[in-house]
Amino acid sequence: MRRLVLWLPLSLFALFLIMVAFGLRRPTDTAIRSHLVGTPIPAFALPPAVPGKPGLSSANLARGQPRIVNIFASWCVPCAAEAPQLMELARSGVPVDAIAIRDRPQDIQAFLARWGDPYARIGADANSSVQLALGSSGVPETFIIDGRGVIREQHIGEIRPEHVAQILGAYEAAR
Amino acid sequence: MIAELGLSALWIAASLSLLQLVLGAFALRPGGAGLVPGIRPIALAQALCVGLAFAALILVFLRTDLSVALVVQNSHIAKPWLYKFAGAWGNHEGSMLLWVTILAVAGGAVALLERRLEERTLIATLAAQAAIALGFYAFLLFASNPFARLDPAPAEGQGLNPLLQDPGLAFHPPTLYLGYVGISIAFSFAVGALITRDVGPAFARAMRPWVLAAWIMLTIGITAGSYWAYYELGWGGWWFWDPVENASLMPWLAATALLHSVTVLATRGGLRAWTVMLAVVAFSMSMIGTFLVRSGILTSVHAFAVDPRRGAFILVLLALYIGGALALYAVRVATVREGSTFDPISREGALVANNLLLSTILGIVLVGTLYPLALEAASGEKLSIGPPYFNSTAGPLALLLVAVMAAGPLVRWRRDRAMAVVWRLSVPLAVGVVALALLLLFVPDLHILPLLGLVLAAGAAAASIAPLWKRNLRRTPLFTWGMVIAHLGISVSLAGMACDGAFTRERLIALPPGQSVDIGPYRVRFEAVDPVAGPNWTAIEATLVAERGGSTFTLHPQARTFSSPPTETSETAIATRIDGQLYTVLGRPDGHGRWQLRLWWKPFVTLIWLGGAMIAVGGFLSLIGRLRRRHPAVPDGAQR
Repeated sequence: MRRLVLWLPLSLFALFLIMVAFGLRRPTDTAIRSHLVGTPIPAFALPPAVPGKPGLSSANLARGQPRIVNIFASWCVPCAAEAPQLMELARSGVPVDAIAIRDRPQDIQAFLARWGDPYARIGADANSSVQLALGSSGVPETFIIDGRGVIREQHIGEIRPEHVAQILGAYEAAR
Repeated sequence: MIAELGLSALWIAASLSLLQLVLGAFALRPGGAGLVPGIRPIALAQALCVGLAFAALILVFLRTDLSVALVVQNSHIAKPWLYKFAGAWGNHEGSMLLWVTILAVAGGAVALLERRLEERTLIATLAAQAAIALGFYAFLLFASNPFARLDPAPAEGQGLNPLLQDPGLAFHPPTLYLGYVGISIAFSFAVGALITRDVGPAFARAMRPWVLAAWIMLTIGITAGSYWAYYELGWGGWWFWDPVENASLMPWLAATALLHSVTVLATRGGLRAWTVMLAVVAFSMSMIGTFLVRSGILTSVHAFAVDPRRGAFILVLLALYIGGALALYAVRVATVREGSTFDPISREGALVANNLLLSTILGIVLVGTLYPLALEAASGEKLSIGPPYFNSTAGPLALLLVAVMAAGPLVRWRRDRAMAVVWRLSVPLAVGVVALALLLLFVPDLHILPLLGLVLAAGAAAASIAPLWKRNLRRTPLFTWGMVIAHLGISVSLAGMACDGAFTRERLIALPPGQSVDIGPYRVRFEAVDPVAGPNWTAIEATLVAERGGSTFTLHPQARTFSSPPTETSETAIATRIDGQLYTVLGRPDGHGRWQLRLWWKPFVTLIWLGGAMIAVGGFLSLIGRLRRRHPAVPDGAQR
């Protein structure tokens, strides 16, 4: 018995080695996914972010048709980079709404004038509370929400041209 | 040319370590005694060569030799000279060279100074040290060459991470590494003693000063690092349970346990297998820490550029060294004769309790550091473990440990009576009760952990100086003074932590210049913001005038912008007073003429680091006491 106990430290160390060896082989992925994917969106109601365009509430997102909600800000450079892809999605008939994070109306207007406006509704999230409630940790992020108001997909980071087909596929699947 | 010289010195050092290992192995075989005289000089030459390589790296950094890739990536001509110098180890390759330099210098120091250890054990120890060094030389030469050239040489370097551009960089890594890597001596001693079956009191007495020296440096390094993070990061905290902080804490916990168990072995011949285990574990924790930091497997503020190939390399080294030592332990330690026995209530008993508590805390920290990794490997789920876990698990055990620490030195060796111990503890107990009554009276809504912390700190402080009671202070041995001061330092540090946890006041506000805010006993007036320029940065500097009881002083927190690499940092402004620190950080403007200001009033927070310094000073006195004791000038009668 005592002899077996003496091998215990070595066995524990072997366990540690196996564990970290697996950890090393796994590609480092620092993205933080929302735990809310597959669950209904939390209830919220955001005021309009720019004059002349309605704000966004959770009720707008459960109307039988899937919708895309883009979380963006005028001060965010990757958001400008993904604007053409969002325009492309809107042109192919996907309804796109937005939540503007810690932003000002005149800045958003300038952003939309410069990079294009694919949005049907834009809600102003002045203190990121809805962003956090959705489990989003940065801008830009894009959520696909089905007709019953359930979050189906979360895309972290900007939508690059190669992502468009994938987003369209996810949108079709949510119908 | 200097870079090539450094690289050659590194290759020569690696060859010498191989020679040291092979000669050592043959010298231990029957008839190999003729090889023994050659080994000490080889260990010294190896230390000299790697020292030369390290000096070469410093030199290319001081001269900003932009044909060396590492200099280009981490330095800049316009950088102040101190950061050119210290920047040599502010990166993966350079700090790894510092790592092996200390490893070789520690081995060289043993070869030069160690006279008490049995010769065969010394040879085995030096061979073990050489084996460790060999692997890490290979890692440097094949996977992290600090002297790699860049052709063509660019006109300018990319600069050093501005967070590191602080005098702290000159002190924190070298002192921490001296302890962190210096504890390798204990590992090699343990391996050497297992090989020659020489685990006994004489071995423990020989090992003790080395453990003590490494432990002192580790204590200084952790204390300095904690203060550095406190003022440089601007988050107001002094310990974040960051994986890399844990990586330095774990060897410290193991070394602290070792320091106490080695005393039992040296004085009473007990705890043999356990002491050897701790010696192996302490440096194993250093190596595991190195692996965690440099493989990119954990994310942390300390993490270096991520390269999984490097991770795999160090993992193989870990498997070889730690696995080898633990296998040797399993095979050999059963043959180690256990020493004399003792009662549960005895000095040995208290030291065993100390060891069990320290090991449990070590286990808790290790599990907390590795758990996210294990979970991700098992289920792909991600989480991060923070202060709530560590504080609520390690905190109560640490308090218990302080209680044991208070009582331990007042218990007799071998056997004691419980009532006698309680009687000797009566004054500290009274002090604790008085502190409890005062706190309950004046601060009724104190949380349980800070309350217990303050009460224990008071009681333990009284108990720590009790061993001096009724003694002739001039004839009290230096190592007893050392123990008293180190234990007192623990109490002082604990008091600082408890005060910081219980009484800190924090304000985060947006303020236009000209207005004032109250924080703790101070009224702080936000006078103005002005631009200022430094050697390689520009900044916005706030002028804050703090006033208390009619006297005022000025603070200048800055928001700095560095040009190379382009980064923003906040420079805190801290005013230290006898009863605490006023800690101020300047944040961003809100666009309407207001600025974010973050202010803390932290009563007695400085005690944390003062205690840390006292622990190190106590260790230093002990070390001198132990070293002087072996001097022939001291008559035998002076030994107890």
